[in-house]
Amino acid sequence: MNWDLLTQLLMNGLIIGALYGVVAMCFVLIYKSTQIVNFAQGEFLLIGAWVCWWFLTTWELPFVVGFLFTLAFMTVFGIVLQTVVLRPMIGEPIISVIMVTIGLSLFFQAAMKWIFGVNVQPFPKVFDVQTIEVFGMQIQTAYVMSLFISLFIMIGFAWFFKSSKHGLAMRATAFDQQVAQSLGISVKNVFAMAWAISAVVSAVAGIVIGIVNGVSDSLAFIGIKVFPAVILGGLDSIIGAIVGGVIIGLLENFAEYADGQWFQVGNMYTIAPFYVLVIILMIKPYGLFGTKDIERV
Amino acid sequence: MAGYNMMRCGEFRTTYEKDTTIFPTPMSRNFAILGVILCIIAPLQIGDFSFISPAILTLMIQIGYMSIGALGLNILVGFTGQISLGHAAFFGFGAFASAWMNNDFAIPVFFSIPLAGVLTMAIGMIFGLPAARIKGLYLAIATLASQFILEDFFSRADWFTGGAAGALANPFELFGYVLSGDRKYYYVVLAYMVVMYIIAANLMRSRDGRAFVAVRDHYLSAEVMGINLTWYRVLSFGISSFYAGIAGALFAHYLEYVSVESFNLLLSIQFIGMIIIGGLGSVMGSLMGTAFMVLLPEVMQEAAGLITSTSWGNIAAITEGINFLKEMVIGASIVLFLIFEPDGLAHRWRMIKAYWKLYPFSY
Repeated sequence: MNWDLLTQLLMNGLIIGALYGVVAMCFVLIYKSTQIVNFAQGEFLLIGAWVCWWFLTTWELPFVVGFLFTLAFMTVFGIVLQTVVLRPMIGEPIISVIMVTIGLSLFFQAAMKWIFGVNVQPFPKVFDVQTIEVFGMQIQTAYVMSLFISLFIMIGFAWFFKSSKHGLAMRATAFDQQVAQSLGISVKNVFAMAWAISAVVSAVAGIVIGIVNGVSDSLAFIGIKVFPAVILGGLDSIIGAIVGGVIIGLLENFAEYADGQWFQVGNMYTIAPFYVLVIILMIKPYGLFGTKDIERV
Repeated sequence: MAGYNMMRCGEFRTTYEKDTTIFPTPMSRNFAILGVILCIIAPLQIGDFSFISPAILTLMIQIGYMSIGALGLNILVGFTGQISLGHAAFFGFGAFASAWMNNDFAIPVFFSIPLAGVLTMAIGMIFGLPAARIKGLYLAIATLASQFILEDFFSRADWFTGGAAGALANPFELFGYVLSGDRKYYYVVLAYMVVMYIIAANLMRSRDGRAFVAVRDHYLSAEVMGINLTWYRVLSFGISSFYAGIAGALFAHYLEYVSVESFNLLLSIQFIGMIIIGGLGSVMGSLMGTAFMVLLPEVMQEAAGLITSTSWGNIAAITEGINFLKEMVIGASIVLFLIFEPDGLAHRWRMIKAYWKLYPFSY
């Protein structure tokens, strides 16, 4: 047993898992309030990271300014996307809704490749200190920042849904659209807001991963990695998304460790979460915290 | 979704046979036969004269095997209402299975193609097992997982796929006569296509086909009426994979080489795009959608070529990024079809036919 490597990997798993959790939370947010499964979640990360990269390199803005511009852009982007593409899909069968988001993901992925190329582009240096030492382990500053950002976003979400007026409106809409509408909540605005928040928060996650690994279209794959996390936690549970994200993050790093130490099959890092996904779907399709669908005729 | 027909005034069907017939009028049957005959004489070459250029012939072969795969997916998605995001993996499994059986067990290609279909059917039924418990969205995600798991298997199983090097497939052979090259192989694909389409059209008139549609339309009512949901869902996966396996095998013996990378998520999405553009729950729609999906990139390539040759000159963004533009257009066309024409090309075709039947009085 190589304990140093294991702890290092598990630490990585925790940090990347927290990021998965954040993206999964955005995914759940959209699903809960608009009943749309967003297969284009990964593209939000991708677009956010590329736009921020563009602000920082081409326009040479300071990081904070570029970051805020990116968030503003993603807000508009989320709202426009919801209004133009997703609003006509309300009430359509589930396959159509799924396919629209898949079509969008294909479109944006290709568009990003077209505009920014296929090569990995490193982010301009954001931190002066590249790694810091925590409990004797070398950890990248960006990772520490990402852990804090993830925690901050999670607390922000909790506050938003517990105490703010809009958050309450969103929960009401998620519970029952018609009742919410009859109580004077603008369901349209809630939908637009859900997409905007989801786009912005995903973009933050995208930027954080971009700072560590560089920006490339592999970021979009996070959007697919999120599915195991979401299914594990339960599709409509925000807490579940976080827990699921962390578990999947830990699991894939542990799978890599186990693979490297004992099995030597390779590629376990990518594929292990999907095996877990299938197993969960077989034994507990509604996940750890999800609501069970009760069918009535 | 699909399922209803436009009937002319005064056309009454008094028996079930008439209602479920594939060709409602002799005219429509004659047109179908004419279409097949045209397809048969199209690639013929008389002296130096030929009806279609080799490039078009290649595209027609491509449309042929892809449309078999799309038809399989349409049986699963359009008729049974189950969502599969892993169709390309089954397509790939069929391709490898046929090459593997031909290379390792010396089974002639003539038999290995249908056997590959059967083997893929078995795999499809195994991966369809989650469908017994879950549906809709959860099923979509489960099939997404099966796509990745199978892709991983392809890159890992050297004995089956040849690993990173890929697998070589022998050309199609019938009674010692090798059918390789576009002009000859075309007929193999055409024969398979006609047979598979007739099977599918007839399947939908049978007991099982009606059960599929019942499961799609209201699965609880279907279960109450005595339809075994689990069995029909798994069977639908099986049939769909059978079609995918045949299509994949035809693909393998056409290219005579199968590489591991070709069966990715993008291809799965393209398959779904085909049936959405063609029309969910429509047999002929699968063909139209496939033709659309295959021809679209070619048309774009031509258009880009035209732009390059004009006085606008060479726009680097278009000529160099043409592959990305193609993907973008595929994505955009899926989205636009879903928003503006959710019933697909098959529906548009019915409307056009109805329009001309009633011309000049629109009702």
